[in-house]
Amino acid sequence: MTTTFVTPKVAAAKEIVKDASMMKQKEMMAGHYDRLTSAPQIGAKVAATFVPGNLNELIMCFDLVNNLPEVNAIQNGLRRTSGAFVLEAEKIGHSEDVCTYVKSDIGMMAKGNMAPNGKKFPDPDVLLLSYTGCFTFMKWFELLREQYKCETIMLHTPYMGDGKITKNMTEYMVKQLKEEVIPKLERVSGVKFDIDRLREYLKKSVKAEDDLVRVLQSAKNKPSPIDAYFGAIYYIGPIFGAFRGTDDAIEYYKFLRAEVEDRLAHGQGPVTPDGDMGKEKYRLVVEGPPNYTSFRQFWKMFYDEGAVVVASSYSKVGGVYDLGFRHDPDNPLETLAEYCLGVYTNRSLPMRIDMLSRYIEEYEADGLLINSIKSCNSFSAGQLLMMREVEKRTGKPAAFIESDLVDPRYFSAANIKNRLESYFQMIEQKRAGALAAA
Amino acid sequence: MDASLKKSTTVEIVARANALFEDLSFAAAREWKAAKPGRKVIGYMPIYIPRELIHAADMLALGVLGGGDQLEVIHGDAYYQSYICRIPRSTVELGVSGRLDFVDGMLFPSICDVIRNLSGMWKMMFPHVYVRYFDVPQNYRDDIGGNYYVNELAELRHDLGELRGKPITDDELRFSIALYNENRRLVRELYAFRAERPWQAPAAEAYLVLRAGMVLPVEEHSAMLRDYLAAARAEERPRRDNCRVVVTGAFCEQPPLNLIKSLELAGCYVVDDDLLLVTRWLTADTPIEGDPLRNLASAFLHQSEATAAKYEPDLKEKGQHLVRAVRRSGAEGVIFAAPSFCDPALLDRPMLQHVLKDAGIPYIAFKYAENSGQMQPIREQAGTFSDSIKLWSGT
Repeated sequence: MTTTFVTPKVAAAKEIVKDASMMKQKEMMAGHYDRLTSAPQIGAKVAATFVPGNLNELIMCFDLVNNLPEVNAIQNGLRRTSGAFVLEAEKIGHSEDVCTYVKSDIGMMAKGNMAPNGKKFPDPDVLLLSYTGCFTFMKWFELLREQYKCETIMLHTPYMGDGKITKNMTEYMVKQLKEEVIPKLERVSGVKFDIDRLREYLKKSVKAEDDLVRVLQSAKNKPSPIDAYFGAIYYIGPIFGAFRGTDDAIEYYKFLRAEVEDRLAHGQGPVTPDGDMGKEKYRLVVEGPPNYTSFRQFWKMFYDEGAVVVASSYSKVGGVYDLGFRHDPDNPLETLAEYCLGVYTNRSLPMRIDMLSRYIEEYEADGLLINSIKSCNSFSAGQLLMMREVEKRTGKPAAFIESDLVDPRYFSAANIKNRLESYFQMIEQKRAGALAAA
Repeated sequence: MDASLKKSTTVEIVARANALFEDLSFAAAREWKAAKPGRKVIGYMPIYIPRELIHAADMLALGVLGGGDQLEVIHGDAYYQSYICRIPRSTVELGVSGRLDFVDGMLFPSICDVIRNLSGMWKMMFPHVYVRYFDVPQNYRDDIGGNYYVNELAELRHDLGELRGKPITDDELRFSIALYNENRRLVRELYAFRAERPWQAPAAEAYLVLRAGMVLPVEEHSAMLRDYLAAARAEERPRRDNCRVVVTGAFCEQPPLNLIKSLELAGCYVVDDDLLLVTRWLTADTPIEGDPLRNLASAFLHQSEATAAKYEPDLKEKGQHLVRAVRRSGAEGVIFAAPSFCDPALLDRPMLQHVLKDAGIPYIAFKYAENSGQMQPIREQAGTFSDSIKLWSGT
C-alpha cells in the first residue's frame, strides 16, 4: 500500500514516502477540483458553503458540487498566494482588522478566481450560508452574494451558550431545513429531495467518522503514531470538506486507520514532511487554528524539538466526533442540526475549557499550547482566560503564541520559535520538579 | 415661585445626564436597588435586549457599554489580545474591579463572536451571577424564527421570574411593553427633532440624554426625554453653517463623547446615528393586546432596526436602511465610524459603501476606540468632508 516517489520541489531531492491514504487524498482533491472547475461544461451546479456546519450529505442529495471558500483560502495560504490576495482586498476597501480568510477569498476573486488546478472557479449557483460558531461567515456570504448575485440560503445555528442543546434549538434548525433550505435547494438544483438518499449518505458518513475517531484517539498511545494538529490537518480534509458521506471518504479513512495502526504496532511516531519524527519528547494539546502561510516551518519548530501534538481543538472545527457524536441516519434532519450545533466553536467557553482539560488528562499531555489567530475572534476571544483555567485545573503548564491563518504579515518565526523553546524548557523544569518531589 | 413647577433647562438636564454618564460606579443604579429590599439589577450589553422582560420582573435593566475613556484598564488587558476591540476588556475591568458587584444578572446579546465568548467568560468569572447569552433568530418567518424566539423569550421570562421568586405575568409584561413603547416614541421624537433642528439638540447632548436611559428606570428616563425635548424646543441656539451627516457603525463599543462633539465642531451636524440602538431597536409600537411574547417576537422580526449583526435576506434591501436614514433626516453624507477590530461593522462597511455610492451619497470612514484621545485627525477629516459637501454638493 506504499508508493515511493521523488518530489522535485524539495531541496536536495529528498525522498518522500507517501502512504496509500496520502495518495488517495491527493487523487480525491484533484478530482474534486477538476469536477468543480468543469461544472459549467458538465452541467453541474455549484454550492458554496462552509466547513463548520457543512451539510455535505444534503448538498449531494441535490447533485450539487461543493465549494468551500475557507479551503480555497487555506490552499492559497499553503501556496503562499494569500498574502497578495489579502492586500488586494484591502486595496479595494476591506479593513486591515478583519478576517484574512475573507480577504484572501475576495482578493482571489478580484485576481481571476483561479483554482489550485490552474482553472477558473465557476460562479456558485447557490450560497448555502450554513454557518456555525462564527459571525464572520454571515458577513462573508453577504459579501459574496453582492458579487455573485445568486440565491443565498441561510441556516441559522443557535449558539450553545448554556452548554446544552435544547429542544427549541433543534426544532428551529429542523424547521429551517425542512421549510427553507431544502425547498430552495430543490429550486436551484431542479432535483427533488429524497430523504432515503440522505439516509444512505449519512450511513456512509458514520463509517468514515468511526475510522477518523480511531485515528485521532491513537494519539493516546506513547509514542503517538500521529500528530493531531499538523498531521490532522490532512486527516480532517476529506471529512470536513466535500467528501463526508462518500465511498471515497470511507476508503480514505480505512487506509488511514490501517496505516496508523501499523505505525502503532511498530512503535513509530508521526510522519512529518521530513520523514519519521524522532524521539517523542513532549506531548502537547493545541488550541486554535494553525498558520498556513508558513505551515511547514511552523510544524518543523515542533518536530525538531521532539514535540508532538496529541490532541487539538482545530481538528474538531468541522465536527466533534471523538466525544461521541455520529450522524444518525434514522433521524436525518435532526442529526444534521445536532452536528451543526455541536461543532467546536459553537460550544461555550466553559465547554471548550472542559474539553481541553479532558484532552490533557486523557492523552497524558505535558501541557496546553494556544496558537491565537488574529483573524479569528471566534476562537481567540477568551483564550487567555482559557489558558489560565486549563493550567489551574490540570496543573500542567500552558503557553501562548500568536499568528494568523493566511496573512504572512502576522507570522513571526523568530518570536514563535523563542516562545516554543521557552515553553519546552518550562515543561522540562516542571518534570524535574515533579521528579524531585517524588 | 414653587421650585417644583420650575421647568428644567437643557443645561440642567444635560448636566444630570452627564453625571450619570461619567459615574463608573453606577451610583444611580445602586441607589435604586438599595431603595427597596429584594430589588435586582440585570446588566446587558449592546445591541438589543427586550428590556420589557426585565422591567416586568420589577428589575432594573442596566446598560453596560464598556468603560469609555475615563476608565483605566488594568486587569482587562490581561484577558484579551491586542487585536480584539476594547469594549470587552473594559467591561471585564468593570467586573473585576467590583464596579458591577451589585448586578444580579448579565445578558450578552447575539452581536459578535467577542461578546458571545464574553458570556462564557462571565459565567466562569462571576459564578454567582445569572448569565445568559441571548440568542436571536436570523430567520424572520413567524413560524420559524418567530417560534424559536418566542421560546427563547419564554426561557428568559422564566429565569427572571425565578430570580424574583415569582413568575412574570402577562399583564406585568403588557404594562412594561406600554412603558417602553412610550420611551421609544420619545426617543424617535428626539431623533426627529434633532434631524429637523440639529443646532437645537446637539449630538453630544442627545447622546447623553439617551445614554441616561442605560442606568435610569424607564419611567424616569421618559420623563427626562420629555423635559429635554420641551427645553430644547424652547431655547433658541445659534445655527452654524454645518453640513448634515448620518453616523453609522458605532452600535456597540461607544465612541468617546469628545469624538461626537468633535464632529459637530468640525462642521458636521449629526442628524441620525446608530448609537445606543437598544433605545429604538423596535421601530414601531409593540401591540399591548394578545400574547406579549408573540408580540415582542413579531416586532423583532418585522419592525426592528437593520444593523450589521443581523442577516439581511434580501440583497436589494442590503444597506437601504442607511439610504432611508439619509433621506429621512435630510443628511448630505455618511460618516462610517467603527471601533477598531469590530468585525460586524468593518465587514459590513464595504457593502454599505457600495450602496451609498450607487445612491450618490458621499461618505468618509475612520476607526476609533472608546478611549481614543487624539481628536485632531478626526476633526480634520470631518472638517474636510463638511467643506467638500458644502462646496461640491451641487455639482
